[in-house]
Amino acid sequence: MFEIVEKKDLHETICLIKVTAGLIASKALPGQFVLIRIDEKGERIPLTIVDARDGLLTLIFQKVGKTTVHLGTLSKGDSLADVVGPLGKPSEIKKYGTVVCIGGGIGIAEEYPVARAFKEAGNYCISIIGARTKSLLILEDEMRAASDELLITTDDGSYGVKGLVIDELRKIIDRGKPISLVMAVGPVVMMKAVAEVTRPYGIKTLVSLNSIMVDGTGMCGACRVSVGGKTKFACVDGPDFDAHEVDFDLMIGRLKMYLADEKRSLEEFTKKQAVHS
Amino acid sequence: MNSDKPKKKLILERQKMSRQDPLLRSKNFKEVALGYTDEEAVVEAVRCIDCKKPLCIDGCPVEIDIPGFIRLIQQRDFLGSARKLKEKNSLPAICGRVCPQEDQCEKVCLVGRKGDPIAIGRLERFAADYERRIGNVEVPKLPAPSGKRVAVVGSGPAGLTIASDLAKMGHDVTIFEALHSIGGVLRYGIPEFRLPKAVLEAEVDYLRKLGVKIEKSFVVGRLRLLDEFLMDGFDAVFVGTGAGLPYFMGVPGENLNGVYSANEFLTRVNLMKAYLFPDYDTPVVVGKKVAVIGAGNTAMDAARCALRLGAESHIIYRRSREEAPARKEEVENAQEEGVQFHFLAAPVDVLGTPDGWVRALRLIRMELGEPDDSGRRRPVPVKGSETEFDVQTVVVAVGQGPNPLVPSTTEKLEVNKKGCIVADPATGETTKKGVFAGGDIVTGGATVILAMGAARKAARAIDKYLEGEFEGKYWSPTASSSSALEQ
Repeated sequence: MFEIVEKKDLHETICLIKVTAGLIASKALPGQFVLIRIDEKGERIPLTIVDARDGLLTLIFQKVGKTTVHLGTLSKGDSLADVVGPLGKPSEIKKYGTVVCIGGGIGIAEEYPVARAFKEAGNYCISIIGARTKSLLILEDEMRAASDELLITTDDGSYGVKGLVIDELRKIIDRGKPISLVMAVGPVVMMKAVAEVTRPYGIKTLVSLNSIMVDGTGMCGACRVSVGGKTKFACVDGPDFDAHEVDFDLMIGRLKMYLADEKRSLEEFTKKQAVHS
Repeated sequence: MNSDKPKKKLILERQKMSRQDPLLRSKNFKEVALGYTDEEAVVEAVRCIDCKKPLCIDGCPVEIDIPGFIRLIQQRDFLGSARKLKEKNSLPAICGRVCPQEDQCEKVCLVGRKGDPIAIGRLERFAADYERRIGNVEVPKLPAPSGKRVAVVGSGPAGLTIASDLAKMGHDVTIFEALHSIGGVLRYGIPEFRLPKAVLEAEVDYLRKLGVKIEKSFVVGRLRLLDEFLMDGFDAVFVGTGAGLPYFMGVPGENLNGVYSANEFLTRVNLMKAYLFPDYDTPVVVGKKVAVIGAGNTAMDAARCALRLGAESHIIYRRSREEAPARKEEVENAQEEGVQFHFLAAPVDVLGTPDGWVRALRLIRMELGEPDDSGRRRPVPVKGSETEFDVQTVVVAVGQGPNPLVPSTTEKLEVNKKGCIVADPATGETTKKGVFAGGDIVTGGATVILAMGAARKAARAIDKYLEGEFEGKYWSPTASSSSALEQ
């Protein structure tokens, strides 16, 4: 069960895996995620379902903490202890008109299935994808295929337009063509910035929140976020929320809760890896 | 009772059960209560006067033949005693540890009128542990398969009980559990020092021997809906998804870093073994000083876990000791270990550091006023009595609501204002044909044994339903569903 049947490095720090999970794959819809646990001692982490077909789930992750670094050391033929899902409410896919899909960094992996679904639903889909530098830009071809227009930015100007995704968003708004919906996924600061750009225009804006989770079924409350002044659980009430209502500062704070532990955990793991190799 | 029998002298005092030393145990997660030895069990069992009308059985939600199993301990037939227990209760080692016996069987024990009631819970635990220790677990002879399939959603006390009951009736049962381990609240909620996971594993093994199938990491409501189960060929569904929706206090600052729901705190510690971090990957952040809000069993468990993780641990409760809903024994255990109690105090604010972490609670002093709906005296805040209480971690244990995942994804399944599934208390029947429910998802947060009692009743009803002999009153076409719901 949950065998890794394919693994690809998209970058030194970004991996794509395809995992067998028949039932989940048959149910998964754009915007949903799974929780995975590598082994008996592993923690449960959420990963967006990038693609689901033929009984396989495509997952993309960035190696940042112990679990994702460990996951990156696994190869084809290895198995995960658990894959549970599909979790979260699917994104609301319908014909809105013109939709702007924004993906930043690893967030492009999360934006991709949604963008594709929007286009398939008959929307005019303008996508903006951005990364720090060219080598960190993922799924360019896939996003191009899923979009009517694709705009690319890099912080350092090594590819596409030098700058931030919100600069491109502003340009699109300035064109004056009505935008029905903006959907943004990426670092919280980016999502917050997108919300501030669209707010004065009253453009409906959704963000997919990647909170810390444990059970993923509304039981523990680890993933709580404040939306419109109310406490919501990203795992069952989300992960998509109205960007103009989200308390991003609180979210930024909560994401830092385990930084010290994560660092320690990763150090121990790297030490052990060094001994084994 | 045989009148020729010489009249026994009543032994008023119950046998003590040895426990780990408080100083030692406050630093480890090993079981606190160590259980009776064979001799202690027999001495305690002999205290039972075998009354003509054993009230204890009426006091037990699952109707265990209490005098019967105690008599077998008197006769040193410990295995026989365990089997007698299992006729009515598939989880005796668990119930012997976590049931509030003092409010149930032991409360009505006749011996208790003159002295200490018989230690029924400890004897139950003893017999069950004996059977497990000897390794001679006997599976009852099962009836011929009925050919009927039942899906049980949730593997907590209700789910485990109904699965074993239905399996013993010859039905083909599959349990669906959302987490990666079986047991529900018994697994994520109750700490190792109160219910060792090995005990839980053994009782789950017993279920497997009864032929019960188990699907883990299976989220009903997402991966499969109740209606799909019914279409997939399950003849009936039982929903026992429990009270897994944490309540918060609704005070400013409670989303600051360092504020946990009791569910999250206990899940990290118990299910994910955060106390073994970094050997296990899941962390839990515990500051020097922890405040647990609430005084139920969950609050005691959280406070005692915090203590074992090295913190100074405080319980903060808005009423007085008398109203605390936790078992007395657990309050005493906590106190012995060094948990500090603050009664008649309630948080009005969680104060944070500039970088978003908890630094203190603002507490207000309370007075008890007139009794409220619950019959307990209502706590009333004393104006101008706020004080600051420095803490780095806050665990909110003020109760939990029904988990909404199944109700929100199932059509025609009625819930009440609190989000609990509407079900007939006598049968577990819901407003949806073929779907039964029981435990905390119906009642809101209650006890393990009450969930088991509800499951027992639902098992009988489902058995009848599968035989075509159950007349649904909530789903019958003649009764309008709204009138059934208002009852």
